[in-house]
Amino acid sequence: MLEAKKKHARFLFLFIFPAFIIYTMFMLVPILNSMRYSLYTGTGLLPDQFVGLDNYVRLFTEERYYSQFWNAFGNNIKFFLIVTLVQNIGGFFMAVMISRKFRGNKFMRKLSFLPTTLSVLVVGYIFKMILNPYYGVFDKFLELIGLESLIIPWLGDARSAIWVVALAVSWQFLGTSILFYTSGIDGISDSIMEAARIDGANVWQEIIHIILPSVLPIVAIVTILIFIGNFTQFDIIFAMTGTRGDPNYSTDLFGSLFYRTAFSNSDRGGWGTGMGATVATMMFLIVTVGVGTFLYFFSKKREALEK
Amino acid sequence: MKKIKKLGIRGGLYLIMVLYALSILVPLYVMFMTSFKSNAEIFNNPFGLPEAFSMDAYVNLFVISNYGKYFMNSIMVTVLSLGVAVTISALAAYAVSKYSFRYNKAIYLYFVIGMIVPIKLGTIDIMITMLRLRIYDSLWALIIVYIAMAIPLSVFVLYDYIRMVPDELSSAARIDGCSEPGIFSRVIVPLIKPGLAAAGIISFIPNWNEFWFPLVLIKTKENYTIPLATGQLFGQFDTKLNLVFAVLSLASVPVIIIYLLLSNYFVKGLSAGAVKG
Repeated sequence: MLEAKKKHARFLFLFIFPAFIIYTMFMLVPILNSMRYSLYTGTGLLPDQFVGLDNYVRLFTEERYYSQFWNAFGNNIKFFLIVTLVQNIGGFFMAVMISRKFRGNKFMRKLSFLPTTLSVLVVGYIFKMILNPYYGVFDKFLELIGLESLIIPWLGDARSAIWVVALAVSWQFLGTSILFYTSGIDGISDSIMEAARIDGANVWQEIIHIILPSVLPIVAIVTILIFIGNFTQFDIIFAMTGTRGDPNYSTDLFGSLFYRTAFSNSDRGGWGTGMGATVATMMFLIVTVGVGTFLYFFSKKREALEK
Repeated sequence: MKKIKKLGIRGGLYLIMVLYALSILVPLYVMFMTSFKSNAEIFNNPFGLPEAFSMDAYVNLFVISNYGKYFMNSIMVTVLSLGVAVTISALAAYAVSKYSFRYNKAIYLYFVIGMIVPIKLGTIDIMITMLRLRIYDSLWALIIVYIAMAIPLSVFVLYDYIRMVPDELSSAARIDGCSEPGIFSRVIVPLIKPGLAAAGIISFIPNWNEFWFPLVLIKTKENYTIPLATGQLFGQFDTKLNLVFAVLSLASVPVIIIYLLLSNYFVKGLSAGAVKG
């Protein structure tokens, strides 16, 4: 590294400036400005009447607002729990298996990441079609193997719909967690594994005493990435259950709530720009507090483990 | 006894792998195959291969919709935004990784934190800004947002590539009288080409698939990108199933091809991030 001198200042500035200005103006400033808009109200696109925290008061005291907000919050928690459990537990065990030597393990590594490259929208539509009650392949398959009694309107029933969308997302992104976990497992030195095997450790002991502790930081990364993704997830809901989170708002997540309230006309669920910005700010708060909590929790866990 | 147990574990492993592989391949198989079937065949023969690979759906798609235009739009948005993003990120990454000054570490962190900032939550203001700049409802609005979105990951990836270039090379060039920007373009850039490729390829997929911003920022049909066209056409062709699956297949083919050809870049780039993270 070179000590920057005065003569470097001009060109250092020129080098950093383009990326700095675009990144700041179109990523960070918009979030701050949206927070500012949450303090205003008005009928046009640009809210112009300053009302302080009134939007927040209304969000939490007027039934038509808070019922939808808390509904989306609850659905989002459920959605996040399903996705995290499937992706962490499923991803971990799949990674343990895939990182062993067997024929086709290279192929499986490659294949597992393939769904991740598709658009969430396409994945949502594929599953919506496959689960369609009239022509869907899934119900036809259940009939074929004699399990037609299990058939329910997968996306039409409020109890199953949230599970279906959560599992579709988990299916798509399982490859990401497998990739993260295998890279952690590949990083464990062979001599440690070798030593454990000579000491007579079985597969379970190996997993619990060697693999799990060394991939713990990766649990944190995977969980935090899922958390941020899930609490702003929109595409899967748009594709599978529509922007109102059908049936009866049972799959409405923050992403779809934000879209509806901020960018739709009032007859289609719009709440005006000021209120939409309030929803965005609340989402930002939840994401920040969530990420902070995870970081705190995982660093405590790590300390405890290192003692 | 031990041998039998070992065989059992092996067998279980293969069984799980086969089931997992099927769970990925079957939905994709259904998507591609259904797009070649007639509507009657979709009901009568849901699982098998199409009787005759009919290209009708694809031909229709290009006739009734402006699909070729949407495709070109997507290519233009992706190429321009990634090209600019990787270039300006390389400049910034070079400045903060090869020169020590008071804020170089802080600026690097400032860029990298963007990897976890949910930009979606700033959409209201982005929309208002685009209206003010008079580029709302044009591809330029998307290009600018996508440049901003690709910067954090590009800086993160390129920072490591540039740091690995030995300092001796740049000091030798400096002694030969090479200017500082000249060192970047003649010494650094030729050596970090794999890094530039990696940064572009990793950002390609989210960029190509991005649906939220065109949905909010694009209203005119001529300016649709592939994801927005997919969303709109899906609703429009609700009952023509082969057309719907053709739309989904066409949206997926480019990313699948790129992934199969260049998967090492993804895997290396992303897992390096995971381990360091």
